[in-house]
Amino acid sequence: MAKELGVSPDAVQFRFRDDEMVDHGMVTVDSFVEQSNASAVRIEPGDDARELLPFLDRLALVEVNFPVFGDGRGYSAARILREAGYTGELRAVGEVLVDQIAYMRRCGFDAFAPDSKLNEADVEAAFARFPEVYQKTVDGAAPIWKLRHG
Amino acid sequence: MYKYDQYDQAMVDARVEEFRDQTRRRLDGSLAEEHFRPLRLMNGLYLQLHAYMLRVAVPYGTLNSDQMHALADIAEKYDRGYGHFTTRQNIQYNWIKLEDAPDILADLAKVEMHAIQTSGNCIRNISSDHFAGAAADELVDPRPYAEILRQWSSFHPEFSYLPRKFKICVIASDTDRAAMRLHDIGIQIVKNDAGELGAAFYVGGGMGRTPIIAPCINEFVPLDQLVTYSEACLRVYNRYGRRDNKYKARIKILVHELGKEEYTRQVEEEFAHMLEQGVEPPLAELERIKTYFQDPDFKTGLTDRADRSDPDFALWIDRNCHKHKAPGYVSATISLKPVGGIPGDASVEQMHLMANLAKEYSFDECRVTHAQNIVLPHVEIGRLHELWTKLEEAGLGTPNLDRIDDIIACPGLDYCSLANARSIPVAQKISERFAANGKADELGQLKLKISGCINACGHHHAGHIGILGVDRKGVENYQLLLGGSEAEDTSLGKITGPGFSEDGIVDAVEKAADVYLAHREDGERFLDTYRRIGMDPFKEALYG
Repeated sequence: MAKELGVSPDAVQFRFRDDEMVDHGMVTVDSFVEQSNASAVRIEPGDDARELLPFLDRLALVEVNFPVFGDGRGYSAARILREAGYTGELRAVGEVLVDQIAYMRRCGFDAFAPDSKLNEADVEAAFARFPEVYQKTVDGAAPIWKLRHG
Repeated sequence: MYKYDQYDQAMVDARVEEFRDQTRRRLDGSLAEEHFRPLRLMNGLYLQLHAYMLRVAVPYGTLNSDQMHALADIAEKYDRGYGHFTTRQNIQYNWIKLEDAPDILADLAKVEMHAIQTSGNCIRNISSDHFAGAAADELVDPRPYAEILRQWSSFHPEFSYLPRKFKICVIASDTDRAAMRLHDIGIQIVKNDAGELGAAFYVGGGMGRTPIIAPCINEFVPLDQLVTYSEACLRVYNRYGRRDNKYKARIKILVHELGKEEYTRQVEEEFAHMLEQGVEPPLAELERIKTYFQDPDFKTGLTDRADRSDPDFALWIDRNCHKHKAPGYVSATISLKPVGGIPGDASVEQMHLMANLAKEYSFDECRVTHAQNIVLPHVEIGRLHELWTKLEEAGLGTPNLDRIDDIIACPGLDYCSLANARSIPVAQKISERFAANGKADELGQLKLKISGCINACGHHHAGHIGILGVDRKGVENYQLLLGGSEAEDTSLGKITGPGFSEDGIVDAVEKAADVYLAHREDGERFLDTYRRIGMDPFKEALYG
């Protein structure tokens, strides 16, 4: 039997949601779009997140893989899903590191399953580092221009 | 010029602490070099051949005297007494210790400066016209637009791990002094038929190993959609720019491979979507920023004539001063290209002096140019002689703006780990040759640009004469290019033929210059003559 797709719920080190974790089979974007009734899908860097948009209401978990941290396509994928109104879990997996994790959260990720466990104090410091932000994204933070002008 | 408010200051201060923490983790071994590398790069810290190099951002090239003094202090305290001004209007220091870098960033933050995103695969320092706010020919001051984009692009969470680096330039006159169309995004502020201001977007230009002149993808983006449109351009690039080959990863390759029409279609589609997302700062923010770029209190009734009785001074005025929008003023360029010098280098003493002169003669402002010189943007014509005298005394009065010895050169193999050949000694030899043979005066405007490798940091593609250093079987070899331009008549130079040795390239430049002198017609620059007569006469002289 083929190796099951996706990371196990146990690998999730940080999660900023109160709902139950989804624990059913995860499929690729291709197979999801073709037929699947699955509620969990995994996005690889080359996948087009917009293919999922017609099906957002039946998705509960989207896992976005960062095979290497320097490949930033997953940031766009996440933000596109949130901009389209996706409210389910958005989980960053793979090479998720302390120095990128705050940007990931700003792009809409609310769960993180790093390949290597991160130091929790470092992550907490990373989230708290920048008091404000310059851009409006999908994390609800009011950008500095909003603070300046109301 | 722009002043930080508490928000801007807090962002820069937080960055200092972040980098201090990252450096600590690197030094104690808990952060691997592989993971530290992109972080230090996004703070402008490169590992070069001999030491770390720190590149400090000078947003749109504008500095006040406190900032210039601070840059001098850093050169004195942490480097070897020099700073090197770059083609991105920045400054870099070539002899930095990693453990000092956080303290340097803290020193910079005290004068509202930083090294944020001066390297790495992110949006880099935004460049602009070095005569912004001063030039007689500009529509408006382009810097408020550059500043709004600076803030938008700082710590952008979606666009910090792009396929490759990303350079944006904003100008606002038809005369291009900033190589606008050789940028990933070049923006020209324009006026439409209704008299409204907007932004023309040129996307997908660049130099490097595949030089491309950016096509215009949108002739008029309204000013209240500037950030949104930029965001759309970047998102299409972040999603579809090539990541399989770093040499094909710049946006120019994406635009070229998709074709301008298809890239534009995708951007417009993304733009329509982004407009719904409310990412654009209100126009009130632009107005707030503009208040920092008001004209200084120009005096009226000033003389518009200088006493030209000293011929050396008259020469410097004719060559190094530019027409100002206010009567009685000029913009004066301080050449960092003395004969035989290192292009763009300034000593601690020179930097302090330039800071003092900026304060005394130019409303506390100076500019870094992409040609690696310094501009005092607003100088009274009646005080020019006084200024020039002080510059002369400090070795800063070289009257050679845009002439053959006003050379742009990258650091080359003397410093850079990417280089194949040295650039600096070639620049030095050429300027010495033309000083000795007296031909520099005869040649007039002739922009010469030297890169020590194909990455083209020395803009060789855009030189009237360009030189590209390559490695040929372990020996430095120099290719000659003719006919490039970074100005509004943007063009890319063509290689003449087989390359030359280090001494051979100096001879070759002289031969090319001689061809021009022999063929030129009235009023023609080197570039004009080349465009009229073509490559053949030059080839004949070089190889015949």
